[in-house]
Amino acid sequence: MAERYYQPEIETASREQIKQWQDERLVKQVQHVWDNVAYYRKKMEEKGLTPDDIHGTEDLHKLPFLSKSDLREAYPYGLMGAPLKDCVRIQSTSGTTGKRVVAFYTQADIDLWEDCCARAIVAAGGTDEDVCQVSYGYGLFTGGPGLNGGSHKVGCLTIPTSSGNTERQIMFIRDLNATILCCTPSYAAYIGETMKEMGLTPDEIPLKAGIFGAEAWSEEMRHDIEKTLGIKAYDIYGLTELSGPGVSFECSAQTGMHINEDHFIPEIIDPDTGEVLPDGQEGELVFTSITKKAFPLLRYRTRDICVLSREKCPCGRTHVKMSKPRGRSDDMLIIRGVNVFPSQIETVLLNQGYPANYQIIVDRVNHSDTLDVQVEMTPEMFTDNVGEITRRQKELMDGLRSMLGIGAKVTLVAPKSIVRSEGKAVRVIDKRKI
Amino acid sequence: MSVKQISVFLENKPGSLRAMTGVLADNDIDMRAFSLAETSDFGIARIIVDDVFKTTTVLRDAGFVHSVSPVLAVTLSDTPGGLNQVLAVLGDAQVNVEYMYAFLGGKANSAYMIFKVTDEKAAAIALGNSKIRLVDQEELSEL
Repeated sequence: MAERYYQPEIETASREQIKQWQDERLVKQVQHVWDNVAYYRKKMEEKGLTPDDIHGTEDLHKLPFLSKSDLREAYPYGLMGAPLKDCVRIQSTSGTTGKRVVAFYTQADIDLWEDCCARAIVAAGGTDEDVCQVSYGYGLFTGGPGLNGGSHKVGCLTIPTSSGNTERQIMFIRDLNATILCCTPSYAAYIGETMKEMGLTPDEIPLKAGIFGAEAWSEEMRHDIEKTLGIKAYDIYGLTELSGPGVSFECSAQTGMHINEDHFIPEIIDPDTGEVLPDGQEGELVFTSITKKAFPLLRYRTRDICVLSREKCPCGRTHVKMSKPRGRSDDMLIIRGVNVFPSQIETVLLNQGYPANYQIIVDRVNHSDTLDVQVEMTPEMFTDNVGEITRRQKELMDGLRSMLGIGAKVTLVAPKSIVRSEGKAVRVIDKRKI
Repeated sequence: MSVKQISVFLENKPGSLRAMTGVLADNDIDMRAFSLAETSDFGIARIIVDDVFKTTTVLRDAGFVHSVSPVLAVTLSDTPGGLNQVLAVLGDAQVNVEYMYAFLGGKANSAYMIFKVTDEKAAAIALGNSKIRLVDQEELSEL
């Protein structure tokens, strides 16, 4: 089947064309920010910069960074680039990692955001004949509104279920023949688990594709979801600070997410020095938004650790690809001085046949950090033989030790005792008081 | 001639055993024998009940992970040397005992024991050829 695109002239544009767009738009955006965002203008002035110093993408590295702490300091209006009367919407983060971020949108900003989401849906095989169920939360969270808008642009029949009420989700999927499901990967796994409990097999579910994002998930979790729901699962990436989901998305190759470079210029930097790293090297992802007017962030540090690849993609898209982030540095735990990402723990669990429901409890006992991974017992794992269960538990602890480089305790807990999430899963409970 | 034992996974925290016994009580299930195996962070309750089907159904509905395994139930006279006789038969037949537990009930002067063995068929044959009496599911239910 020939690859389809939502905006082929943009998605498959030549590299020269993309560079030209980026150069022109960056110069214009820097001027826009200079004229309208006093907070950033001051940062530029401190570095002795004016818009005249920025002639194109090659000058991008000269600009100052913005980070989450800037957003906190400038909250709520300090980074706005358009008068409030031109704005039509706000969205906000869940605040899981500190203070909420409030982002503003003009109608044009919403349009370009929904275009980005529409590209993701078409890349996942969506057409105007599809029925797209959006089970991301609606409201302040960007997941629901973003995919909802994208689904409308593609022309899918859109079912705005939002998250929650899993039995009703399944009823709509079956009764209205939903072919595409959009939600967080942990909720997709939960929907799959519930279907299994109801005795439904993947053949009895009309879904063919899923677009899952807003949290880190492993390749193993993808296989699991693909198997239980009988679909192809596509990753989508975004941040409220930049618009929401759709900053980048996966194509049929499933080897990284194409960044919508006509709207966002990516850079990879060394998180410690701030120095720009060459393509192919792992580092912190930084984005410059070059088309959005109401909330135009330049060189925003995402805290996400990943790699960019400009290798030719078999899908025909020419935009650069980013790897699945190894984890947000916000998610990163430092345990006994070692960096631990929840996604690493998830990989070990799924590799050894455990379900994706787990919780990581970090505590400090006698001045030393403890890591306890709680896993739910399943009927498949359970046996009357204590030795056998203990052996598997030890196998899991060995697997965690070799993946993380530090020891972890594994606690088997009762089924369904870990709270299921309808939005972003709460994977980590850090009880340390430092 | 084996009987069915239900093993239930219990998380090691206050009230988890009570949660299981609550389900059994609410459903009028009578336990014939009971034993608890524990490690530092989880436990397995092993029970012999009057109605296996009903018990597994209500436990499943209540969200308890469990399994059913065959064990041997024997009745012995409640006199010195009773257990020794059984173990002698099993030892001669080269059958290894994984665990065992006793319970009282039924007729006066009799004790009952549950044996989980590595080779339950060989054990049943060896015990069948001895004077030791095996108890079947039906008899257990009626105790």
